[in-house]
Amino acid sequence: MTSQPTQESNQPTAITPEMRKAVGSELSRMVSYPVSESDIRKWAAAVYYPEEPPARFWDKEAASQSRAGGITAPEDFNPFAWMRAEPKGVRRNSAATDADSTERSLGIEGPHLMNQLNGGVSVEYGVPIRPGDVITSVTRLGEYTERVGSLGLMLFTPLETTWTNQGDEVVKQSRLVLIRY
Amino acid sequence: MVDARSLSVGDELPPFQRQTGFAVWNRYAAVNDEYVPIHMDDEAGKAAGLPGAIGMGNLQFSYLHNVVREWMGDSGRFVSMSCQFRAPNLRDQTVAARGRVTALEEKPEGLAVTLEVWTEDDDGNRLAPGTCEVLLDT
Repeated sequence: MTSQPTQESNQPTAITPEMRKAVGSELSRMVSYPVSESDIRKWAAAVYYPEEPPARFWDKEAASQSRAGGITAPEDFNPFAWMRAEPKGVRRNSAATDADSTERSLGIEGPHLMNQLNGGVSVEYGVPIRPGDVITSVTRLGEYTERVGSLGLMLFTPLETTWTNQGDEVVKQSRLVLIRY
Repeated sequence: MVDARSLSVGDELPPFQRQTGFAVWNRYAAVNDEYVPIHMDDEAGKAAGLPGAIGMGNLQFSYLHNVVREWMGDSGRFVSMSCQFRAPNLRDQTVAARGRVTALEEKPEGLAVTLEVWTEDDDGNRLAPGTCEVLLDT
């Protein structure tokens, strides 16, 4: 773990000059496969399990009577699970288990902390996702902060993401804070 | 489905409750490709300094959408949702997602409703507190 005192203070820090310089960099760009009705049905079934999800997520007739006029995905739906059209191939889960994966994706050294957790998320919604939509996701690195907490030195890393559909309409803008310790 | 005309600040939403554990976490992992050791294995959770395996923060986030969606029905849309993951969702907990109206504002496009939302465990400890904004048809 990198925890050398900074020049300005005696506080330990996990943020290297290289990491500070990387703030604002594009971390990832992904394009989904076209979203299918089956993707939406399975998502809705999983997040409502063991109860039945609202019919507008899986029943075309019910959805046609809804304000959306057809099937739409739940707002929390993820069209990038398992595989994406770009980058191609099966996604590996190293990002979830490798606490340095954020910096590694930029070609720089990470903070060498052992663990990472999802600290929180905020989302602003635009247009809904519909079957057939192709979603593009662009994620940028936000400003690092850190403090000493119950688990020792904790590094907070915001990941700022925008999703757009094939018509360049904004689907959502989100900010997820990674906590590493 | 909520009637926008009868809403007041302080109104509480009917809770959305689920018994949590591997049965629900595995289903969520299947659709979100979230097969992360701390969500699948007690030993991996303990190795990370936790009491055991824990549920996905993203699933708590989905439950917050569900409680608002069940209340709102098809009479509005989400504008925003946020939450912090303050405490882990442990195996065999009953998690309740809850909400309370904190502000109302008439807008040309509908009634803007701000909600305090949160998930809590069996003892009422808040796991994922947050806020939500919706726009209701009037």
